Amino acid sequence: MTRIAAVCLAFALMATLAACGKPQFSDAEKATIASLALSALPLLEPDTTNRFADDPGAAALGSTLFFDQKLSRDGTVSCSTCHKIERQFQDDLPLAVGVGRTNRRTMPLAGVAYNAWFFWDGRRDSLWSQALTPLENPLEHAGNRAAYAHYIEARFGERYERIFGPLPDLSAVPANATPLGADVEKAAWASMTDSQRDGVNRIFVNIGKAIAAFERSLMPPPTRFDRFAEALASGTEPQGDAILSDEEVQGLKLFIGRANCVTCHNGPLFTDGSFHNVGVPPAANLPPDRGRIDAVAEVEADPFNCLGPYRDGGPDACGELRFIRKTGEELVRAFKTPSLRGAATRPPYMHAGQFATLEQVVANYLDAPASVESTTEQHPVQLSERERAALVAFLKTLGE
Amino acid sequence: MASLGRYLLAAFGLAAVLLGVLAAVYVSGFGRHDAASDISRSRKTANGLFMVSIEPEKGAVRQGELHTWLVTVTTAAGQPVEYAAIDVSGGMPEHNHGLPTSPQVTDYLGNGHYRIEGMKFTMRGWWQLRLSISAAAGSDTAIFNLAL
Ligand code: HEC
Ligand code: HEC
Repeated sequence: MTRIAAVCLAFALMATLAACGKPQFSDAEKATIASLALSALPLLEPDTTNRFADDPGAAALGSTLFFDQKLSRDGTVSCSTCHKIERQFQDDLPLAVGVGRTNRRTMPLAGVAYNAWFFWDGRRDSLWSQALTPLENPLEHAGNRAAYAHYIEARFGERYERIFGPLPDLSAVPANATPLGADVEKAAWASMTDSQRDGVNRIFVNIGKAIAAFERSLMPPPTRFDRFAEALASGTEPQGDAILSDEEVQGLKLFIGRANCVTCHNGPLFTDGSFHNVGVPPAANLPPDRGRIDAVAEVEADPFNCLGPYRDGGPDACGELRFIRKTGEELVRAFKTPSLRGAATRPPYMHAGQFATLEQVVANYLDAPASVESTTEQHPVQLSERERAALVAFLKTLGE
Repeated sequence: MASLGRYLLAAFGLAAVLLGVLAAVYVSGFGRHDAASDISRSRKTANGLFMVSIEPEKGAVRQGELHTWLVTVTTAAGQPVEYAAIDVSGGMPEHNHGLPTSPQVTDYLGNGHYRIEGMKFTMRGWWQLRLSISAAAGSDTAIFNLAL
């Protein structure tokens, strides 16, 4: 009897030892972790649609313009009003505020140049055409392109011409004019000649191309997770803050395993760059927001899109627009998967700041409530309280 | 002595069989759907009208990048099928979503070869690609499984 007990004990001991000696991650898990590390981020591809994309002079002018409040109707709003440099280029608000309050949350900009589609619904198809949108949005900069053209000539004329070539003659161009916006501005735009309109559009576009050149330099910094992933990949022991706690490791395993987060939050930027309905409830007191489905027609109609006359280079670069998915229930209330880098230190979350904490975000994924319109892609997942906390603990390693 | 030898032999035989079964289960992708385990890039259409083969034009497929596939369509007897209309669709059956893009046949290259542009796979996992082919011989569909 005692012999049997001793044998049992020996077996139990061996089992525990075996468990201890077991590697922390399977080979498949290691491969996934390596694919998420910042070191796996490829170099930024050239943007052939913007021949100034990698021009340092254009980037420097773009940086000036990004922070210039004069680039707005009443001289109070710059891109950096909402995209604050010291706050990961976002503003910590559920809904962005420029000249007025918008219906969406300001998006952080680290790694933004890796995107194919811009805005929560992807209604622009290049970084430079994106920049033109807030400039004329009455709730953001609220200005107009004729006024911007005059301002560039007066304030940056020489600098502009060194980069983009001679400015057109703007002497007969109205002070305020745009095909969008207020009726007087529309009328002024209609009164202009075709070549005046094209001249103003080109300056407007070059503002966008300069800002885009600047934004290409905005990259996410390496985090504790990246230092951990690098050590894991090289087979060395993580040192210092690269050591993840048991809870953080458990969260990482859930993120790439049972909680299925990595299906959409994949690659070194933790995004698949695509659009999904994950059943986020609408924000109170806002008009219905249908996400991607309403963006398709808008980007196709945008005169500054890749297939329009203001693209540099050949149409080969326009694959995303040419092969855009246009229909399907799954585009309804689908929003772009955001990067999770730095997310832990910049609440609130989601396209209209619906959630104040990561705990609320995780709870919404696990409960998977029905979508107000169409269907959520998310299925309920059972996680214990400790596992939920572990998932949040892991997300924090992406922000330190 | 002789009986011990036979006993050992039987034990070895049993172990070998077990190992074989395990290997077979492993190779066939244990836990995956049956449909997904056939990842051949050449197949007959559902009603046997055509033989279809597909290959990525640049050999490898990188997750998240737009890329191009070449498709070859022949009759069951091996004759190239000229100027067929091919509709491309698909998605991820396990996630209940379609393709993130709308790929299209953009070129007929002759000799039954076609080019599909605008393919993109945004996630790892099991993808399906459905080619609906209409030509003089009739209409038929081939479904390919792709593991990324
Ligand atoms: C009033 C605040 C505000 C101002 C000013 C503003 N933005 Fe934004 N930005 C936002 C909001 C809100 C979104 C998301 C809007 C949406 O999805 O409709 C956004 C989205 C973006 C995106 C898309 C990021 C992505 O991942 O898709 C970029 C790039 C961007 N802004 C750059 C700029 C630039 C450049 C300027 C100045 C020309 C600017 N923004 C001015 C609030 C602002
Ligand atoms: C089906 C794709 C998909 C899956 C799976 C997924 N996400 Fe998301 N995630 C998204 C999309 C899309 C959004 C933005 C949704 C919106 O604003 O309506 C988002 C937003 C978030 C945000 C907010 C980020 C921000 O800046 O607002 C966090 C945090 C997050 N997800 C974490 C997770 C975690 C943790 C999991 C696993 C439990 C997960 N996600 C699974 C697609 C996905």
